[in-house]
Amino acid sequence: MIVAEQKPIEEIVQSIKPYKKLLIAACGTCVTVCMTGGEKEAIELCTLLELVSELEGIQIRVKTIERQCDREFFVDFEEDIEWADAVLSMGCGVGVQFFAELYPGKHIVPALNTKFFGVTRDVGYWTEFCQGCGECLLEKTGGVCPVARCSKSLFNGPCGGSSDGRCEINPDIECAWQIIYDRLKAQNRLDLLLETLPPRDWSSSRDGGPRSLRKSSVYLEVD
Amino acid sequence: MPSLENEYISGLQRAYESGEFVVTAEIGPPMSSNASHVEKSADVLRGVVHAANVTDNQTSIVRMSSLAASYIGLTRGVETILQMTCRDRNRIAIQSDLLGAYALGLRNLLCLSGDHQSLGNHPQSKNVFDLDSIQLIKAVADMKNHSIFINGKKGKNMPKFFIGTTTNPFADPRELQIIRLKKKIEAGAQFVQTQAIYDVDSFESWMSEVRSLGLHNEVYIQAGILVNKSLRSMEMTKKVSGMSIPDELIERMRNSENQEEEGITIALEIIDRLRKIEGLSGIHIMAVGWEKIVPTIIERAGLMPTFDSNHSD
Repeated sequence: MIVAEQKPIEEIVQSIKPYKKLLIAACGTCVTVCMTGGEKEAIELCTLLELVSELEGIQIRVKTIERQCDREFFVDFEEDIEWADAVLSMGCGVGVQFFAELYPGKHIVPALNTKFFGVTRDVGYWTEFCQGCGECLLEKTGGVCPVARCSKSLFNGPCGGSSDGRCEINPDIECAWQIIYDRLKAQNRLDLLLETLPPRDWSSSRDGGPRSLRKSSVYLEVD
Repeated sequence: MPSLENEYISGLQRAYESGEFVVTAEIGPPMSSNASHVEKSADVLRGVVHAANVTDNQTSIVRMSSLAASYIGLTRGVETILQMTCRDRNRIAIQSDLLGAYALGLRNLLCLSGDHQSLGNHPQSKNVFDLDSIQLIKAVADMKNHSIFINGKKGKNMPKFFIGTTTNPFADPRELQIIRLKKKIEAGAQFVQTQAIYDVDSFESWMSEVRSLGLHNEVYIQAGILVNKSLRSMEMTKKVSGMSIPDELIERMRNSENQEEEGITIALEIIDRLRKIEGLSGIHIMAVGWEKIVPTIIERAGLMPTFDSNHSD
């Protein structure tokens, strides 16, 4: 899922203080799962904003748009969006941008900082697993991504800086190559690491410019 | 200055090939554009070492470029080893710098991943690592052996560097670190400098593994020596990731009345033990913040080279 965290309240207040009628739009997908931008968090944020003296007199509605990255989920909220002077979107960076594209005349204020693609490790604890770099290497690395999980995105084993399985930049970070090594060793597949992986073609990643994807079979079905 | 038209083999490579016990040290470029700082460092090492590593924004702190400082060192009569990390340059910048470095007469290259930028003084910077150190070694070897760039296209007058890299005998997991050393050799590394050795027993066991794989016959291995001036310096060193210092040495420093002398004595004892290890081709002395002690160490270790420091053919 996409993991995000709420922006500092002061930053949100600065953005919304010119407005009298605010729609807080929660999103029902990833940011609900990571307990940042779902309905519950939207109601909490609403309560908090109503207490801010700078925002005195503001009217706030809270709605949940199930998926802010999908056009069809906006249909039921036309009236609320029309009513509002501005929208505080609790969607991820994708949701905020798509909202703004659908309603180009409306100020769509982001409520979150979008962080990464990750997993829930523990209650209230998420870690990064994927960068969406466009060419999946996991088959060669025991199902652990060195692009996303090694601090230096090294392709051919660890740097000399890890110790006790921890990354040199922060002991809270696991060394991805230690995990790769442990897993492949347990599976008796360490020979995979003897291969030297060549320089990566980063053009499939963001380095090739903003990406898009067309699936031709979908068009055939529609036709 | 070597003639730029001639392809010459570096003095460092010749020293290794002739079986000399190779001694190198370091020139740390300044956090300024002051060339005389580099010249002074070079003057201390001229005639004392076979070559000097010139660090590449070590610990991710902005300093004079390794390329510029390597050239200044060379013009001052010290053969230099250009350090190049993958942290700050993509493959375009790396290959461009390699062409430029060779054109300036630099012949030795040390390929590194590089410390992460979050450890330095610009932690806000972007993370490059377009290549890793093994891919960098391969790229430099392909330039030399096949006259090709990373994209596979042929080039003219391609650099022919003497290619070095590093290895850490104490880093985890050892089996994977050895695999990595093998991959570096396969990629084209000709010499390898180790992380600083304090724990000689542990290093001996690593060397014995290296010998059992025959790696000492495929690459020249140089053991790193770090000279500490004080207890504080040794304690700071111990905190560096991937560094192993036996408590006994810390205690010796703590109990010494003359810590500078104790630091030198410890370094000399380590050098003495290292020289007896089969398969070791030299030492690399790092005296961070105490560079002027390097000639003393080399002198007292009986390792003063007899070579002519003019390395051009």
